[in-house]
Amino acid sequence: MKFGLKSIAVSAAIVLSWGAATVATAKAEAVKIGMITTLSGGGSALGIDIRDGFQLAVDQEGGKLGGAEIELIIEDDAREPDRATEIASRMVDRDQVDIMTGLVWSNLAIAIVPKVVRDDIIYISPNAGPSLLAGAGCNANYFNVAWQNDNLHEAIGQYLQDRGVGSAFILAPNYPAGQDALTGFKRYYKGDIKGELYTKLGQTDYAAEIAQVRDASPDAVFFFLPGGMGISFIKQYNQAGLDKSVPLYGPAFSFDQAILGAVGDAALGVINSSQWNKDLNNEANNRFVADFQKAYGRLPSLYASQGYDAARLIASALSATGGNVSDKDALRAAIKAANFDSVRGEFRFGNNNHPIQDIYVRRVIKEGDVLTNEIIGKAFHDHQDAYAADCKL
Amino acid sequence: MLLLLEQILNGLQFGVMLFLLAAGLTLVLGIMNLVNLAHGSLYMVGAFVTAAVTSWSGSFMIGLAIALPATMLVGMLVEVIVLRRLYPRHHLDQVLATFGLILFFNELVRVLWGPRPVFLDVPEFLNGSVELLPGIPYPAYRLAIILVGLLVALFLYFLTQRTRIGMLIRAGASNREMVGALGVNVGLLYTIVFGIGAMLAGLAGVMAGPVYSVEMGMGEAILIQVFVVIVIGGIGSIRGALIGSILVGLVDTLGRSFLPTALRLIMDPSRADGMGSALSSMSIYMLMALVLFVKPQGLFRAHG
Repeated sequence: MKFGLKSIAVSAAIVLSWGAATVATAKAEAVKIGMITTLSGGGSALGIDIRDGFQLAVDQEGGKLGGAEIELIIEDDAREPDRATEIASRMVDRDQVDIMTGLVWSNLAIAIVPKVVRDDIIYISPNAGPSLLAGAGCNANYFNVAWQNDNLHEAIGQYLQDRGVGSAFILAPNYPAGQDALTGFKRYYKGDIKGELYTKLGQTDYAAEIAQVRDASPDAVFFFLPGGMGISFIKQYNQAGLDKSVPLYGPAFSFDQAILGAVGDAALGVINSSQWNKDLNNEANNRFVADFQKAYGRLPSLYASQGYDAARLIASALSATGGNVSDKDALRAAIKAANFDSVRGEFRFGNNNHPIQDIYVRRVIKEGDVLTNEIIGKAFHDHQDAYAADCKL
Repeated sequence: MLLLLEQILNGLQFGVMLFLLAAGLTLVLGIMNLVNLAHGSLYMVGAFVTAAVTSWSGSFMIGLAIALPATMLVGMLVEVIVLRRLYPRHHLDQVLATFGLILFFNELVRVLWGPRPVFLDVPEFLNGSVELLPGIPYPAYRLAIILVGLLVALFLYFLTQRTRIGMLIRAGASNREMVGALGVNVGLLYTIVFGIGAMLAGLAGVMAGPVYSVEMGMGEAILIQVFVVIVIGGIGSIRGALIGSILVGLVDTLGRSFLPTALRLIMDPSRADGMGSALSSMSIYMLMALVLFVKPQGLFRAHG
């Protein structure tokens, strides 16, 4: 018993002194930022662009963000929820990160974000914005610097509505983000829906769907088919000759810089929606586009812009708090203020920590040999998502 | 009516595409008794090599001419270095090892070509469509896929039924020791068979490149359907692979196009769409269950 008491006392002393030591050095320590993103396997192009955009902002400051020393820990989730969950708990428990970011996919975000924010770690999403985390499931520690998932689809719905397009044929993969996409589109488009199709996730052949489009002869086709699905669909749509009679519309995901090269000329002229484009003329964006091209030798994508903005947002908050991350309330307030120049221009957070921003309409063009986008109009000014009202924040 | 005809043609074309992959897979699985999950990786290699050579040389035909021997070579190398050790092992070991190969090939492709999908266009002379019947313009390239698939079926028929190597393949499949005892180099024979299987997968990749997206992991999505095909057709049977492919292609395509419409007749539209798309995603598996219920060995079991 005596021995027991003694050992407890000793270990308490050790723990206390160690704790005191860490508190004493905390000020001088770097801010730890954990990034879990997709760097291998299918879909790695997206995660790599987010990482490179983020890294660019850090490099521009010579390894700092907002004047504060940072330690950036980057890990690859390979698009697997299990792996991402494991890395997340390691970053929380062992590395004791202060801020996390990086996730590309909504299903991974749903698996990880609620747990991380419960541990009082700030999460800044550079891409995934599932409705589940925007409405009743919102959290003071969770910020989305990109958009809420429905936003870009809503924008095309609004655009077709504004232009008085009479009828549309819409299709998306049969999974939650696909259903959100078509719901978002229909929230603003009130014309005649000539057909609504849910395709198999990962489907490669769209001959059957394309034949149905021809049969229905709508005025427009709206599709949300992320990644390779969209590439296959657009190519096959053009091979069937339908692009000449029924124009395609979609969110930026199938017409972004990372993917246009693989789609080829089939994408030329297609109208799509985005909150960002490289030709947005503001100081922050001009610098970002020029520096990105210089650093990586390619044009930045939508995802790169979101990674860059995530880093710039963190920088603005760290600058406001003087690099102090121990006062969470102050840090949260500084992030929510969003006091940085976003590459997309106007940007602020709504009550649910999701953006209120303009959404643009772009068209795919050719600059020399390179396919890219130009802005041709604006679908929404200061747009907020439909779930904000359900959020108690 | 015209829509139905067009969809049947689409189903046939998709089926033939599946056949190009299923033929090689069933040859290896049936004859060498090897479960090769990395068959889709050879398909991916075929597509990437074609895209690279085509963009470098400007000619799809040169891409094709290089991609075929290249995938055959890659296949034979993989057989000699890795798969050869797996023949006597349990199927589970083969699944694990060839799954490892999938990861290896995906990362290899990423190192060589980067993470972004690459571009491959339809060759100039097949660009455009053919008016099969008034009101049904059909892409010429898809007709070419059907033609190539049927030619491959003929080629394989002659190879297995009418040539000496075909005879040895069939004999080696039934009794490996006996063929070996007769002085035939069974190891070399298997390497050649695997090379042919790899080349067929490569050919499927070449044909798929201009239609589908050429990206990392492109083989995995389609491989599941290919396994369904060979289970339906009977493992090891080329004829089974052909019939199974066309059945799966037709059921999948017709299910996707007509199930939701058919269900609208008996329930409200939004439920019909939801249930229709769910059912059509399952249709090929239901077909497989049905076939296995009636014929547990598949439609045309090759041997054993």
